[in-house]
This record gives sequence, structure tokens and C-alpha cells, in this order.
Amino acid sequence: MKRRVLGLLGSAIWLLSISGPACKKETAIKLATTTSTDNSGLLDVLLPAFTKESGIQVHVIAVGTGKALKHGENGDVDVVLVHARAAEERFVQDGFGVNRRDVMYNDFVILGPRDDPAGVGGMKEARKAMAKIAESTAYFVSRGDDSGTHEKEKELWKAAKVKPSGKWHLSVGQGMGVCLTVADEKQGYVLADRGTYLAYREAIDLSILVEGDPALFNPYGVIAVNPAKHPHVKHAEAMKLIEWLCSPAGQEIIAGFEKNGGKLFHPAAGR
Amino acid sequence: MDDSILLGGAAHAFRLIASGDARVYEAAFTSIWISCTATAFASAIGLPLGFFTAIGRFKGRVLLVAILNTLLALPTVIVGLFVYALIRRVSLLGPLDLLFSPGAMIVGQTFLAIPIVAALCLTAIETLDPAARETAFTLGASRKRLLLTVAWEARHGLLVAVAVAGGRLIGEVGVSMMLGGNITHYTRTLTTAIALETSKGEFAVAMAMGLILLALALGLNLLLRWIQGMRGGRLG
Repeated sequence: MKRRVLGLLGSAIWLLSISGPACKKETAIKLATTTSTDNSGLLDVLLPAFTKESGIQVHVIAVGTGKALKHGENGDVDVVLVHARAAEERFVQDGFGVNRRDVMYNDFVILGPRDDPAGVGGMKEARKAMAKIAESTAYFVSRGDDSGTHEKEKELWKAAKVKPSGKWHLSVGQGMGVCLTVADEKQGYVLADRGTYLAYREAIDLSILVEGDPALFNPYGVIAVNPAKHPHVKHAEAMKLIEWLCSPAGQEIIAGFEKNGGKLFHPAAGR
Repeated sequence: MDDSILLGGAAHAFRLIASGDARVYEAAFTSIWISCTATAFASAIGLPLGFFTAIGRFKGRVLLVAILNTLLALPTVIVGLFVYALIRRVSLLGPLDLLFSPGAMIVGQTFLAIPIVAALCLTAIETLDPAARETAFTLGASRKRLLLTVAWEARHGLLVAVAVAGGRLIGEVGVSMMLGGNITHYTRTLTTAIALETSKGEFAVAMAMGLILLALALGLNLLLRWIQGMRGGRLG
């Protein structure tokens, strides 16, 4: 009985494995990226153009930056597209990734209630604004999920010499959209990428209070998973994607992409 | 509660269904075939498991029953983690390249549903009137005959076990998200699409998909009821 069940299970898994990936004729690579990138809609324009040119399908797995890099470390995916410079450099240094390239950047904005209880509206330096928010009694809503946005929060707190803890610091542990909703309900401050903010603008009662500080720039890097570490990765195909993203064709699409009446990304390859 | 989400969601659901929205139909189709396949596998393993736990007399039976019931509390993310550890590309089953594919989701959902099917099957048989079994025994029924009799007597309970498992699977997010990866046109189900739309702030679309999911579950349950009624009517 036991044998038969095991046999059944074995053959079932085998069946699944051949019927799954094998029935597609084109090669497909797996790209781990961040939810904010995927939610922006850019990949829906960018990747079909790449597939058309190269015949390579790209399966997008959208998770937080921390998890995306983890999937790269474990060899679960072939290439990662994320925005957390320090973590990306660690990823390459530790030998998990190769050929890191700058692809594009967008920027973060500090949002808050219209009446701005902390009085940070129009400030030029993000770190000073953060320090002021910490001093005030207003809430700050944090991603708290090791995402690229969360990394940026931590970077700014460090620059502001503030340890973000206490009742005013709400760590939500979820995606950007949820955080915006929480910040809206609590009428607190929140750091958001411009893309997600523009998508949510109509639904929430928060406005941009601080923007334009170079410290708020959000560069995206694309990294191939190291084939020396994980021989099974589709490295040649991953490299094709990276080359194409940084080529004039890819960069042009990035520059031309608009959503909710605003440009979201600026090409950065070859800078 | 903001009624634009509820009413807007309901209105949007009808629009999506009526307009034949490709994304919704695709996700619904993926949800159905993956969950049904996993339910079938889980039943193939869970029903015999529950059956023999119920009627068997062996050492550790009580412990097995307790374990089965405990596994009902298994969070989907833990099942996802467990299967992830098994199938990630650097692991034992790695060469099959299952991770982030429908196959991975089926394996995960099967594990999730086995305890449900087995525990409910066990209960269905244990709550049978023992007299039926005794009678069959005294009538000198063979062991095979006896098993069939018990299974037949418990058929409604067994069908419920399968239906509950199917309902659980079509509505679960954790395993599908973690092992499937929510890949467009490939592993996106209604539930992962709902999670995605919610994270994007598209609450009406998410609510609409939720209503469609419920309608699907209702359909599956009605179908099972119908089968049950038909069988019952014909045979007894």
C-alpha cells in the first residue's frame, strides 16, 4: 500500500513536471522583482517587447526586494530587478549575482496629511524632514518588510540620527499600497515611491510634502544570478534580457512610459 | 465601511463577467484546474488514509488520529515553506524545475488538503452506526465486501470531505502565492490576483474577483450536491 502510494505520488510529480514547463515551446526565464515595479505596469509594456524580439518569455515573480534577492541567492530565479543599492552590492560581493547594471531610477516622496502637523512641507532635505516627523506626535507608517522602500526609510532615519521606535512608528509589514491606506486612515506620514503614490492619489487624502532631494532617488539595478554558484540558471537568456533593458530600445520604452499623467521612470543605463 | 468597494465591486463583477474579461477568465480557469487536480490527488491519498485509520486496529492509531486533526491547523504559508524546501532548484526535487509553476502549486495544495480529506473521512466513518458493520460481520461478509459496505454507508460524509477540501483549495492564497509566484498568464489564480489587486489599491476589481470566486465555489458545491442526490435517488 505504502509503496503504491509513494509510486503514485512519484509519478504524479513526474507528470506535473513534464506537463508544466515542457509544454511551452519558447524558453522562459524567471525574473524576481519588487511589487512596486510590477504594480507600476511598466513590465507589461517592457517585457512583451523583449519577448517579441528575443523569443524569450519572462515569468515575473513580484515580491519585496529582500525576498527577490533571497530567491536569487537560492537560485530560484535567473535574474533579479530590484531597488536597494546597498543590498544589491552585497548580493554581488557575496558571489550570488554577476553583471549588475543600472537600468533606471524613479524617486521617493514623503507624504503626509494636508494640515501637516509636523510642519515639513516644502523642506529640501529629506533627513531633516524625517527628524522633524520623529519629534512631532504624528504617526509614521513604515513598510517594515525589508523592501527597497523600507531600506530607504532606514537610510533616511540613519542620516537623521533617529532611532525609529515608539508608538508613533507603525511598522505595517506589508506592501506599499497597504501602507498608503494605513497612513491615510491614521493621517500619518509615509515614504512612498512616486509610482504607487500616483496610482493611489485619487483614493487617499495625503499630499506630497517633500520631494526632489537626491537622497530620495531610487535607482533600479538588474543582476544576473551567478551561474558559477547555480549552474542550472539560464544565464545566456538572463544576459540577453539585461543587455536589452540597457540597450536604446529598452531605455526608450522606459523613458516613454507614463501612468496616471506622470512619467514614472527615468532611464539610467550608460550613465 | 466604504460602500463604493462593496457596491462598486458587485457592479464591477457583473461587468467583468459580461465583457468576458480575459484576465478574470484566465485566473478563474487556472484556479479551477489547479484546485481540482490537487483535490483529486489529495482524495486519492487522503480517503484511503482516513479509511484505514478509522477501521484499522494498529499501534499508534490514536496518535495518528491526533496528528491528522492537528494538521488541520496547518497554515498555508507553512505548507508553502515545506514544499518550497523540497522543490527549490538546489534541493532534492530541484532538477524537476517545479518551483513557480502550476505543478508546484498542485503539490503544495495536495499536501494542504490531505489532512482535511483524511480527517473528515475518518469522522464520517467513525460516526457511522456501528450496527451496520456488526450486521455485515454476522452475515459473514468478506473483508472486501465489508469495506465496500462501510464506504457506501459513509458516502455522503466522504463526498463532504472532498467538497470541503476543494473549497479550501480554491480559496487559499498562501501556497499559490509562494509556490506559484503569481505569474501572469501562468500561475495567477483568482486568489493571488485578488491579493495583487488589493495591494495595488484596485479594491473594486479585487472585490469583483472575490465574488466570482464565491460563485465558482457555489457552483462546485451545487454540482456535488447534485451528484449526491442523483446517486441517492437511483440507489436508495
